[in-house]
Amino acid sequence: MAVEPDLKIELGKQGVFVTTISEIYNWGRKNSVWPMQFGLACCAIEMIATTMARYDLARFGAEVFRPSPRQADLMIISGTITKKMAPQVVRLYNQMAEPKYVIAMGACAISGGPFKQGYNVLKGIDRYIPVDVHIPGCPPRPEALIHAFMTLQARIDAQPLTGGDRPRHLDADAQGLFPVPEQGAHDLEPPVNRLVWPLPAPSTSGKPTGSCE
Amino acid sequence: MKSAEEILAAIKTALPEAGVELVPNPSPSAQHSLRLDPAHALAVASFLRNDPELALDYCSNATGVDWPGKEITEKVKVTKVVDGVETIVEETVKRVQAGYLEAVYHLYSMKHAHREIAGPVVLRMRTVNRTDQVELPSLTPVWRSAEFQEREIFDLFGIVFTGHPDLRRILMWDGFEDHPMRRDYVDPDDFEYEPTPHDEVLKRAEQHKANTGVTA
Ligand code: SF4
Repeated sequence: MAVEPDLKIELGKQGVFVTTISEIYNWGRKNSVWPMQFGLACCAIEMIATTMARYDLARFGAEVFRPSPRQADLMIISGTITKKMAPQVVRLYNQMAEPKYVIAMGACAISGGPFKQGYNVLKGIDRYIPVDVHIPGCPPRPEALIHAFMTLQARIDAQPLTGGDRPRHLDADAQGLFPVPEQGAHDLEPPVNRLVWPLPAPSTSGKPTGSCE
Repeated sequence: MKSAEEILAAIKTALPEAGVELVPNPSPSAQHSLRLDPAHALAVASFLRNDPELALDYCSNATGVDWPGKEITEKVKVTKVVDGVETIVEETVKRVQAGYLEAVYHLYSMKHAHREIAGPVVLRMRTVNRTDQVELPSLTPVWRSAEFQEREIFDLFGIVFTGHPDLRRILMWDGFEDHPMRRDYVDPDDFEYEPTPHDEVLKRAEQHKANTGVTA
């Protein structure tokens, strides 16, 4: 139950601090996100810049990049996911402990980007794992990554601890492991996990969506 | 730096039976290349590297080319007896030229400090066909820098280099069966969601729709 903001301020003036469990719990979670130290291509360079002195992601509580998925709760997919690398990305995601979040950084991570029609590039990581925030750009500026991070913080902050929208780690029945694709004779098998990436809604014109007619 | 013709003459003097041919390049760059007979390629390559005049000790690049088989239509003049008179008649002849795979090597000499501007010495080798006789001798024993690039050619074009120390796929995974840089490679049909399709992609997206009956 939320506290009336006015009442909270009034009580604050009296030296009484009132909060709710979910508020303080999410406040703690959103301000100590530990990203995984893991870069895939050119976007990773921008991610590194974001953490360095000029942009200083540490100001937002995401200071400790962890080289182990067991100690990280944010995966920043920074770069091109080749089909050779995709199973490892999904496996790393599976190895992260809940609660865990994913930022898909850059055109490649979203859709394959400039290499979309290549024989070796996955057309977006959200074919296999759920993504919380997408950042367009090639590469996105460090400011864009910080914006995505603040968007993620707002999302964490807004998560209720009970009810249907509660985070996966508070839901015993929630799906936590995602199938790791196999490297088959011609492509990854399966080419997409339909549970996280359903088919887009059919277009009314009967043409492929967005065709310029 | 010596011209391709001079190098060819040097090879012919040193190794008369090597079967090296000049492949002329008719474009303004006139970057002619030398086509090696796979059976003698190693001997020629060693000669090119060890000969003190040439000293081509650095292989900067190795790559592949796919030449699919094609049907060639030609007009030929034949002499025929028409109504008892010999006349020259033009006839259209069709012939099928078999396809082959080609490996191309670019060589420089560190010793003679070749500049990029003079262009590399270009070697070519051709396989017999594109299907079952795709072996070529590896030149890695002569130029160590060819090792990974020959693996890449093996991976993407499917040329099998005999004598290569470690011939495995390098870019694609081991269980992968196709050779993506071949011209007849068909990539997997995942054109179900193309937000802005055009040209080739639009064709593939419509093809996908026809194949699966799923409108996207
Ligand atoms: S989106 Fe652009 S900058 Fe980022 S990994 Fe892809 S090609 Fe590189």
